[in-house]
Amino acid sequence: MRTQAKLGLFLLLSPLLLWLTLLILIPHVDMLLVSLRERIGVGQYQTSLANYFTFFSEPLYLRTFVRTAVMSIMATAITLLIAFPVSYYIAKMARGRVRSALFLLCLVPFWVSELVRTFGWMILLRETGVISKLLQYLNLTDGPVELLYNDAAIMVGLVYTSMLFMVVPLVTTLESLPDEVIEAGYDLGGNGLSVLREIVIPHAMPGIVSGCIVVFMLSLGNYLTPTMLGGKDSLWFTELIYSQFIVRFNWELGAAFGFMLLILSSTIVWGMLKLTGQSLEKTMG
Amino acid sequence: MKHVASAVCSALTIAFVCGTTPASADTLRLLTWGGYAPENVVAKFEAETGHTVEVTKSNNEEMIAKLRATGGGGFDLAQPSQDRIAGPQAEFGIYKPIDLSKIDSAQFITSMLEATKANTTVGGEIYGVPHVWGTSGLVVDTKKAPSVKDYTDLCNAEVAGKVSYRLKRPTLIGFAFAMGLDPFAAYGDEAAYKAVMDKVEAKLVDCKPNVKTYWGGGDELMGLLRSGEIVASMAWDTGGWKLNADMPDITFVAPASGALGWVDTFVLPAKGRADDAAYAWINFVMQPEIAAMITEAAGNFTASKGADAFADEALKVRYQASFPAEALDNIKWYPPVPAGLEAIEGGVLDRVKAAK
Repeated sequence: MRTQAKLGLFLLLSPLLLWLTLLILIPHVDMLLVSLRERIGVGQYQTSLANYFTFFSEPLYLRTFVRTAVMSIMATAITLLIAFPVSYYIAKMARGRVRSALFLLCLVPFWVSELVRTFGWMILLRETGVISKLLQYLNLTDGPVELLYNDAAIMVGLVYTSMLFMVVPLVTTLESLPDEVIEAGYDLGGNGLSVLREIVIPHAMPGIVSGCIVVFMLSLGNYLTPTMLGGKDSLWFTELIYSQFIVRFNWELGAAFGFMLLILSSTIVWGMLKLTGQSLEKTMG
Repeated sequence: MKHVASAVCSALTIAFVCGTTPASADTLRLLTWGGYAPENVVAKFEAETGHTVEVTKSNNEEMIAKLRATGGGGFDLAQPSQDRIAGPQAEFGIYKPIDLSKIDSAQFITSMLEATKANTTVGGEIYGVPHVWGTSGLVVDTKKAPSVKDYTDLCNAEVAGKVSYRLKRPTLIGFAFAMGLDPFAAYGDEAAYKAVMDKVEAKLVDCKPNVKTYWGGGDELMGLLRSGEIVASMAWDTGGWKLNADMPDITFVAPASGALGWVDTFVLPAKGRADDAAYAWINFVMQPEIAAMITEAAGNFTASKGADAFADEALKVRYQASFPAEALDNIKWYPPVPAGLEAIEGGVLDRVKAAK
């Protein structure tokens, strides 16, 4: 009986274990090994930490690394600021049909691929694009305005592409907050601000944290949006990884970069959880 | 239940039919550039030989990266440029030698075939034969930017904010020539090459405020030129000629320091399974009539002898306008890139991109 239960458990677990080992563990181990290789001649390699040394000794790589992290954190913060009122309205104020319609509106842009969404922004922002034409038509500017190819355009793109991933967890947690609790808060003499601070935000904390983690990860690992909207000054860490692997044939350095990115994102997420006093079990469970 | 049964039946039928097709008909998995395997050519080839063709479109770097990832598997025929064969072959061993007895060499322009053979020889074996050739230089709106005659003219003040180029190795090489340096002569000596690249890096960093954006793909560049957002760019000859058909002011200009000539080749990936189909494809597309069809789709001429006679007149006129005899003699053909130079160029490109 007992062995049978064990077998059953093993069989049930095996797809998950296969997934984890074959698709996550083995590639990462392989990448770690590649990143520890140094090319010393045609087709000759030796084990060394040279690639990590290159990463730390070249200011450009470190700067791009920090820049990517800072911009991703900013994108996460802006997404949260925009998504919170939207989610609150959807979860608490809208009713019935309006509510489904609003939720659907958040979802609609995600029916097309990320590439198309980014192209949409390019059409709007470019020098001969919609916004530039409109401003000229309204006589607000003399000549065409270039809104594309700068950091603000990257930020707009990042916030737009990750909005949904913040709205969904927020709506779910806010929905579970009973209206009576908010009313009780007002009955006890609270005003809008104190109710928000003492009741709504603490209740929504798991949603905020899990939304932030997802949005941060998506921004950090985004390749398309920074490359297309950023133009000549777009400098994103994933772009460096891509060019090391594909353009320069330097898999060793690319793998080292990949590992640094993994360490960076894990550290920041861990720091964020510590800072907010949340644990991964509480937010994900 | 009935549906399931019929589905099983048809699956079995397909398996049966597939299993009994004659072994001579293979699937040719072709890794190539956009335009090099147009549908009409593929259809004709399939009808004539019975082989089927699966086309994957790519570029030099991706082709090598893909073949490297599988150790030369997954494709039966690939088309990297001739300068990117010897280096990757020495480093990664992703190709296999070509059996020239299976190729009808009478169909090739002799000088081009010999040059490619010499450039793609590793350890006494020949790895590539030429297919399509062309150049990269400048695409210029001759009305709005008449001053742009060479790569370095892209940094002129009167075209500030209205130029573009790719942040890739052709740009580095082109700028080096325009600055009076000879990067190809320095290929064999890493230190000398680094010195050349350092000068190019300084120039490109200076030039950066002039650039609107670095273009990544051909379509992106076409959009920028068509909308008039840029007036001059470094680009391939075909791009300029395509735009010239719609907008007579824009055309391809061979730079004063010389256009950069490339030859895309045929190579056999190391683990290719359908060599016979690959040889059949090479011999098929090198026939003058078929080569002319590819010229029409890709916009570039091929190494097929006598295909010019079948080429489109309008294209020939544009070609002659861009390439007077002395410009043709001035083309700088890429020699094979020694393994390891990409790392130097990569560092330069990264620093240019990061410069403010």
